[in-house]
Amino acid sequence: MPGKTEPPPLLDVRGVTLRYKTRDHLITATYRVDFSIRQSDRFILLGPSGCGKSTLLKAVGGYMAPTEGEITLKGKRITRPGPDRMMVFQEFDQLLPWKTVRQNVVFALETSGKQKGRAADEQAMRYIEKVHLTRFADAYPHTLSGGMKQRVAIARGMAMEPDILLMDEPFAALDALTRRRMQDELLGLWEETRFTVLFVTHSIPEAVKIGNRILLMTPHPGQVKAELNSLDPSAHPGEVAMLEQRIHDMLFADRVEEEAHV
Amino acid sequence: MSDMAIRPEVVREISGADEFGIVEKEFSTFERLYNLGWVRKTGLLILLALLWEGYARHLDNPLLVPTLTDTFRAWREGMESGVLPERILASLQVLAIGFTTGVVLAGILTVLAITTRIGTDFLESMTAMLNPLPAIALLPLALIWFGLGLGSLVFVLVHSVLWAVALNTHAGFRGVSNTLRMVGRNYGLSGLGLVFKILIPAAFPSILSGLKIGWAFAWRTLIAAELVFGVASGKGGLGWYIFESKNQLDIPEVFAGLLTIIMIGLLVENVIFRTIENRTVRRWGMQT
Repeated sequence: MPGKTEPPPLLDVRGVTLRYKTRDHLITATYRVDFSIRQSDRFILLGPSGCGKSTLLKAVGGYMAPTEGEITLKGKRITRPGPDRMMVFQEFDQLLPWKTVRQNVVFALETSGKQKGRAADEQAMRYIEKVHLTRFADAYPHTLSGGMKQRVAIARGMAMEPDILLMDEPFAALDALTRRRMQDELLGLWEETRFTVLFVTHSIPEAVKIGNRILLMTPHPGQVKAELNSLDPSAHPGEVAMLEQRIHDMLFADRVEEEAHV
Repeated sequence: MSDMAIRPEVVREISGADEFGIVEKEFSTFERLYNLGWVRKTGLLILLALLWEGYARHLDNPLLVPTLTDTFRAWREGMESGVLPERILASLQVLAIGFTTGVVLAGILTVLAITTRIGTDFLESMTAMLNPLPAIALLPLALIWFGLGLGSLVFVLVHSVLWAVALNTHAGFRGVSNTLRMVGRNYGLSGLGLVFKILIPAAFPSILSGLKIGWAFAWRTLIAAELVFGVASGKGGLGWYIFESKNQLDIPEVFAGLLTIIMIGLLVENVIFRTIENRTVRRWGMQT
């Protein structure tokens, strides 16, 4: 993106503290987290389990309100879930089992009021084709493999043409080979449409491969450790390994500290 | 130990299918027939029917056990004279009114239960108290409140359907995965929209099994209630048919009435509910 002046951020997270209650604890999931995402970013939230990255994504999704700070999308404060922020979950059961692949996508478009009737159907098929599932458009979700289900979920998210796509470890439950192919496909789709995505993962290689910007978080409570630039997909494997090592060291340093506390 | 011998690697050619003895072999006709569930069950039924016929003939006392052929004759005569169809219709009409009312009430209660906390408490306490109470035990009370007629029958039917359906539907709603709820809210759904577009279809397996249990309860309750006070608004149902036939010592007709009850039960279970299941939960892979 050329232009000298800094463009206003698409999504702005300012000083966000998130707390939730369990049966007998009040848990602080994140503490005063700041970051901002620009148009067409592939922004990664990376950290070990318990660093509040998924909770943060839920807050951006509008499923929980920050106890402190605020989250704005295009300058408007996020107060509840909405189709301008489509979620792709880790679980395979995120597709409605009583609808076919095509109906799942159409239902999303129609229910949210984005599109109706034939237009919705065409839009749905266009995105189903993008994820190479045209042959399975009339199949029910239970007949698909895990990877195919995730592709449908991605197609559904993209077909809604949201301002930002929120992905919560969408490939974590897949086998290693499928996961790799899905990562490549996601990058391919990004090349085509340049959507903005906020992607949560606990895998360093996945973060380096998918993201252009990586937010590194430390656990208990989740705080921002660093915000790094990732590498171009065509980068030299040596550079990739070096970045992965650097991230690893940053996370590992914390672990030593944590163990010293115990 | 570094003196481990290096083993040679193995790469093998996969042999072609024609080298095996048997790859695929068709079963014999008998084996194939025996593998069909309905063939085995029909066989069993025929065997039982023969035993019945043999025993009844041996006993030769139609007042205790009429023969199968007598029973079928009585059934055919009943159907042809129009008495039996009339009784069936009377029973089914009352059943339809009671069942529908029960299901609608169950729906309202469960929607209240999932939208408000006090609704949950109410439903849970009411089902805990009233579900174990046999509907027929309320019949004497119903007779005092609603008199001898349709009102009483519908009252006990509603009682037999309501709690079973409500209990299952509520359990189904609570079992809907959080992910699906979040997906629904992501589309901007909330309140009743979320209930009708996400929760009801997602909980459909439980709802359907609740309806099946409710139907079975209602059917039994109805026949039992009809046996106790038979005629509702001048038209008796199947229970009344059995009661009447017994009073006239027409035992083949009693058996014919029982047979009809069984057949209607089987028909609803295996045709109506099975069809709904095949078109919904099985097709969606939510039940195998």
